[in-house]
Amino acid sequence: MPDPLVAQTAAELFPNGVSRYAVGGLLVGLGAVVIYVGTGIAAGASTFLESTLSYVSDQSRFQRYVSSRDWRLVFTFGIILGAALFAVTVQSGVVTTSLYQPGTTGRTYELAGVTLWLTDVQPWRLFFGGILVGIGTRIGKGCTSGHGVCGVGSASKTSLVGVATFLAVAVGTAQVVAALGVTP
Amino acid sequence: MPLILVGGVIFGFGLGFSQMARPEVVLTFLTFEDFGLLFVMFGAAVVSGVAFAVMPRIRDAAPLTGDRYERRLKPFDRNVLVGGAVFGVGWGLSGICPGAAYASLGVGNVTILWALGGMFVGAYLQGLWRSRTAARSAAPSSAD
Repeated sequence: MPDPLVAQTAAELFPNGVSRYAVGGLLVGLGAVVIYVGTGIAAGASTFLESTLSYVSDQSRFQRYVSSRDWRLVFTFGIILGAALFAVTVQSGVVTTSLYQPGTTGRTYELAGVTLWLTDVQPWRLFFGGILVGIGTRIGKGCTSGHGVCGVGSASKTSLVGVATFLAVAVGTAQVVAALGVTP
Repeated sequence: MPLILVGGVIFGFGLGFSQMARPEVVLTFLTFEDFGLLFVMFGAAVVSGVAFAVMPRIRDAAPLTGDRYERRLKPFDRNVLVGGAVFGVGWGLSGICPGAAYASLGVGNVTILWALGGMFVGAYLQGLWRSRTAARSAAPSSAD
């Protein structure tokens, strides 16, 4: 029988349980591993932003990614496709598992029998936050997948410092924005 | 390429399942209301960590590309801190990072196009600036 105090603390720290997070994290790691084992590539998601710009811009900063831009396009398409596969199966309730907690965030809508999801976070936050994400990940040599998954998985000191930096600043920013009463 | 697609599909399915593709869930993590996202980040890093540690010992090179198995190591400089801080402000404001944004589109969240548009604008601005800085420092300075 679990200690009631431990159970209560766990419920406060993890109101949605941990199984969906743990399973999702294992799959994210597995996806990166499949690519690494087959190709030796440590895949990251944010270089796609620059490599794709090389199709439309001659700037030297983007042209250096010409050799990798095609597989990066395929990788990103795969991420979208994988998430869509999740929407068609688990999110739509076609496949049910006790490991998945649907939660109450955002809104769902139906399209052609598929349950889709929409965020309630305001567009201006997404847009201006997105600009900073685009600048910061490219100057900082990586994002949550490059630094966070592959870099930390490589025990790279650069990536550990990078993750610690963006995590600490993100926590501070989100707390300030919430304290200013911006919801959602 | 088919393998990259398969890896991407698993990666994207995981981001959907974990709900990291939902900005709200990231924001509740950053405001300490739900610490579950730690399991996504560390779970993924542990799985990839095993591969990054094991593969170089059992094989010399990847079967599909012939590339050597190497760890993802990048040189540390001030940019890692500056870029990390800028990214942190953006992540904390929007609740979305690049990989999760692609996945968010996949679960039907068309509103995330605002964030994706912003990311391309940001990546373009820094690329424009850095391309020019690189060209200027490569050319002999005549201004002074």
